[in-house]
Amino acid sequence: MSVLLQVTDLSKSYKDKRYWRNRKLNTALAPISFTLDTCQTLAIVGEIGSGKSTLAKLLVGAEKPTTGKIQLNGQVLTKGNFKQSCQHIRMIFQDSGTTLNPNLTISQLLAEPLLLNTDLSTLERTQLIRSTLQQVGLLADHMNFYPHMFSGGQKQRISLARAIILQPQVIILDEALASLDPSLRAQMINLLLDLQQKMGLAYVLISHNLGIVRHFSDNIIVLNDGYVVESGKTQEVLKHPQHNYTRKLLMSQFFRIKR
Amino acid sequence: MNLLDIRNLSIELKTKSGVILAVDRVSLTIKEGEVRGLVGESGSGKSILAQAIMGVLDDRWQVHADRFHWRNIDLLSLTQQQQKNIISQDVAMIFQEPMACLDPSTTVGAQLEEAVPNSQLTGFFWQRNKQRKLAVINLLHKVGIKNHTKCYRSFPHQLTEAFCQRVMIAIALAKRPLLLIADEPTAAMETTNQGQIFRLLASLNQLKNMSILLISHDLENVTHWTNTITVMYSGQFVEAGTTEQIFNTPYHPYTKALLESSPKANIELPAKSRLTTLPGSIPVLQHLPIGCRLGPRCPRAQQICVQAPKTTNHHGHQVNCHYSLKESY
Repeated sequence: MSVLLQVTDLSKSYKDKRYWRNRKLNTALAPISFTLDTCQTLAIVGEIGSGKSTLAKLLVGAEKPTTGKIQLNGQVLTKGNFKQSCQHIRMIFQDSGTTLNPNLTISQLLAEPLLLNTDLSTLERTQLIRSTLQQVGLLADHMNFYPHMFSGGQKQRISLARAIILQPQVIILDEALASLDPSLRAQMINLLLDLQQKMGLAYVLISHNLGIVRHFSDNIIVLNDGYVVESGKTQEVLKHPQHNYTRKLLMSQFFRIKR
Repeated sequence: MNLLDIRNLSIELKTKSGVILAVDRVSLTIKEGEVRGLVGESGSGKSILAQAIMGVLDDRWQVHADRFHWRNIDLLSLTQQQQKNIISQDVAMIFQEPMACLDPSTTVGAQLEEAVPNSQLTGFFWQRNKQRKLAVINLLHKVGIKNHTKCYRSFPHQLTEAFCQRVMIAIALAKRPLLLIADEPTAAMETTNQGQIFRLLASLNQLKNMSILLISHDLENVTHWTNTITVMYSGQFVEAGTTEQIFNTPYHPYTKALLESSPKANIELPAKSRLTTLPGSIPVLQHLPIGCRLGPRCPRAQQICVQAPKTTNHHGHQVNCHYSLKESY
């Protein structure tokens, strides 16, 4: 099997508690199928309530899917088996300031996933943390710092370090670049692209900045109200949008691409 | 005519460990009917500058300026109360998080009614309530809210963020200001909503000839909507000029780096190639470099950059750099 991540007919719907007699189903995400290879990036674009964050939650295993299955390297990820999904699929959130526990030092923060998922000794853990910090462009001395001592861009680097410390295969970036300043965002994009080359990572990029999406991703899925509106190669979709919704999204950002 | 004319405005913050120069000699002019963008990354002092213009900074901050004119009135020669009277009459401000700025415990209608000044109402006291309500409904129509009864009765949490921002703009418009300061009006908003808010501001600018100072941290978002742009970095003035000048021929290395680092601005760039960036991160206020504050990160920095550069003006395109990129075009 060459495909890293294969998703077939994944969907999520919530029951509406108000109608107890005829239970109404709220579809957050209609059945969706896609594949993702190593060193590839899949972008997911859509408005609020289009189901892009639901998809991210389903992929990391924070929510149980209603139907469908996720296969990683041909192996089906079972519901509730966190050990399996935690190691290989990691996630970075939008607001790096609030996702880091302010009570813990950086070394403690980064040791947490190692303690839960691996049986390394203390010395091995420290070495791994040190090398991971260097990988994301921080110093080993930063180990004993607390999160509040870092700037926004550095905090996002720490969340990235926490994501890659378990040598995952897929990283989900849920609006991870949205809240950064432009010059730091470009640094972060470069870092993510470097890591993709070095470690063969696959990214699922959730973003509404189409400039980043165009630069960063190979494939794109456009979601609207939980339904897939358009999907395909990023360059082609952005050059020749077929659906009106995609055109509207492009128009709203004054996004012009060279034909 | 220049609406607002500020020369060499400095803002100092007194702390226990000494005085911090948060904004260092920034000049800003706004003409009538102009949309000026004020662009800078976090910590560049753009919000502080806006608050200094509004006069809402508290006693810890000290504001000095060589010149501070509002419609040819020298504000520095007036007392603080007189300054406040003039500014609050003609300048209005909208803030970053509309949800947090509206009072959650009263309805939107009541908050709007509060903002309508008495001087706009005519007639006897028994007619005033009705007039006030009519004024509020007119304001809501002006900002593009059609279903005014529902909006009037609802609480801020019942509205979406874009609607809350519209209500904030309506409150700002109640006094019929000449200048609207929009402090990151679309931060953390969806792109389609961002477009709506920007279109609304643009239409107000064109129909009412209202000047707008549009503050943003992202250069690429505002370029479509502004006539002129001022760029700031870490409290220092970097570059000012028309949008075309800044966008097509940036003179300052910082502006150039900002434009190059944005994948949207240079779409010829092949996908997945490395973006050119400035090394390092934005300095914190406690440890500011001397001279030009971009110095340690600047690709063109040389020894003389430890002294603050003087602003030079090339046909309205002002730049604050020893080694401006003017010769390279």
